[in-house]
Amino acid sequence: MPDSLILRASASYVLWAGLALSVFVLLRGHNEPGGGFIGGLIGALGFVFHALARGPAETRRVLRLDPLAWGGSGLLLATASGLPALLLHAEPLLTHQWIDGLPIGTAIPFDIGVYLVVLGFALAFVLPFLGEESA
Amino acid sequence: MIAARADWLLALPVLIPLLACALSAALRGRPLVQRAVTATAAAAMLVSGAALVAEVLGRGVIASQMGDWPAPFGITMVADLFAAAMVAITALIYAATAAYAPADAGMRAQEALWHPLLAALVLGVAGAFLAGDLFNLYVWFEVMLIASFGLLVLGGGREQLDAAVKYAVLNLMATTVFLIAVGLVYGLTGTLNLADMARRMPQVPNQGAAAAVAFLLLAAFGAKAAVFPLFFWLPASYHTAIAPVAAIFAGLLTKVGVYAMIRLVTLVFPAGQDWMAPLLWAVAAGTMVVGVLGAAAHWDIRRILSFHIISQIGYMIVGLAVATPFAIAGAVLYIIHHIMVKANLFLVAGAIRRAGGSFSLAALGGLWRRDPWLGILFAIAALSLAGLPPLSGFWAKFMVVKSGFDAGWYALAAVALGTGILTLYSMLKIWIEAFWKEPPEGAAVVALAGRERWLLLGPVAALALVTLGIGLWAEPFAAYALAAGEQLAGREAYIAAVLGARP
Repeated sequence: MPDSLILRASASYVLWAGLALSVFVLLRGHNEPGGGFIGGLIGALGFVFHALARGPAETRRVLRLDPLAWGGSGLLLATASGLPALLLHAEPLLTHQWIDGLPIGTAIPFDIGVYLVVLGFALAFVLPFLGEESA
Repeated sequence: MIAARADWLLALPVLIPLLACALSAALRGRPLVQRAVTATAAAAMLVSGAALVAEVLGRGVIASQMGDWPAPFGITMVADLFAAAMVAITALIYAATAAYAPADAGMRAQEALWHPLLAALVLGVAGAFLAGDLFNLYVWFEVMLIASFGLLVLGGGREQLDAAVKYAVLNLMATTVFLIAVGLVYGLTGTLNLADMARRMPQVPNQGAAAAVAFLLLAAFGAKAAVFPLFFWLPASYHTAIAPVAAIFAGLLTKVGVYAMIRLVTLVFPAGQDWMAPLLWAVAAGTMVVGVLGAAAHWDIRRILSFHIISQIGYMIVGLAVATPFAIAGAVLYIIHHIMVKANLFLVAGAIRRAGGSFSLAALGGLWRRDPWLGILFAIAALSLAGLPPLSGFWAKFMVVKSGFDAGWYALAAVALGTGILTLYSMLKIWIEAFWKEPPEGAAVVALAGRERWLLLGPVAALALVTLGIGLWAEPFAAYALAAGEQLAGREAYIAAVLGARP
């Protein structure tokens, strides 16, 4: 890949801008188009751009955890968000539970879980193709 | 209100592998912890599978509405005797594979990915067995498919990638047909819940369209089950996977297709459209014959075994084609027997490869003299596959063939018997070449010893014991299969468990 100063310098800004957008999409997905899946893909794109500019090794450092570990944690979170509905019967807990008028939802933890699953597994799939060994 | 026991029993077979998948992915890079997670999950799965069987035996069909959204609108999970047995056997194969895998030489570099993928595969399989509606069945098929792509390319050789591309493309076509059929079913009946569909399907005014949908669904499930003439993806791919992967593929994946076919035909289309019986007849005969002839032509152990998966699927379809309660019971027993024996044969093939250095019969020889136990374990599984008494295969074949004779389908029963003889021929071919003949010059010889031998042969021996147990103590298993057959043919218990006993 041709070395470009602009690309390298902009990589971290693009990464953070992408992550901010992905979180926005993740959160607004509750009632409008968007959500964890598409947010995770946008976030993964930010990291892929970063990896193209700086090399996958650097991206892994920014990620701190292995992408698979991010995906696994997301899957755990998404699973956990389904458990209240199993444990406390009698009310559909899939979307919300009212405690003194305060809505407690399991939809957001679920969507965050999906976000992490998509982000993690997409990166686990893509990063090895970006010249891991040579980097 | 706290969740009832039925909810737990139905959720756990899905929840356990889901948690195992998440944990072993999150703990990548710690192989020992991953192994512990997989072992714990397999043990927990075995317990929950056994508990599910016990519950269904005691209380009949149980159903649970996930998150309390009532059927037919929410997600329903159902277990009858058939589904519960399938979940239990899935757990058994999961445990056997998990115990065998750490010793397999092909695994070492791949283990970090193998654990989460295996758990995801088991998740898809168990989910498909318990799914109470057609769309969830589709989703579980997808989960299974995605995990199996990953497992197939573990090791990443050129041959494996080639196989994975064929496998992926052909399976995605089948999945697309499935999805189209799901859409059509919804258009026709306004429901995707299987029990609800069973009630509404006879009232659909356009029975021609209902038949078309039935055909599409049968084609999609048939492709997954590798029946004639939709089997070609299987021999193109299975022989390339590493042994612990091939074993679980061979045991479980195609049987999910057969399960879906049996569920669909018995529950939703029990009246039997005119065209269905002759079609299933032809499919069953074609599958048995093509599979067994393909196996006879090959000289690589894994290819022989792969073709035998296909021919054995034919027997299960015989049960479905005859469709009396006894025939369906035969198919149920056949599936249970087959999953165990087939997975076991692939595990044995891995051990033969380790001891003899090859999967090719030409390069093998003299194994009997070096390791008689390996020979005995192979013989138990192989003779059971061929249907020799007193092994499990004999009873399964007996029930299926007897139902064919009882129903007056003599030609089909004759094909089934002939296929049995040819199966014996293939198994004897492996036996003579790999175990009896003198080893060829320069054959790699590794003595299986110590811990490795225990790890490789332990799970094989356990599965062989179960095969022997079913064979020698057939009464309870046959009774279970007969009860499952009655339940499937009766279908009212299933519908009532899901929808409540309204008229």
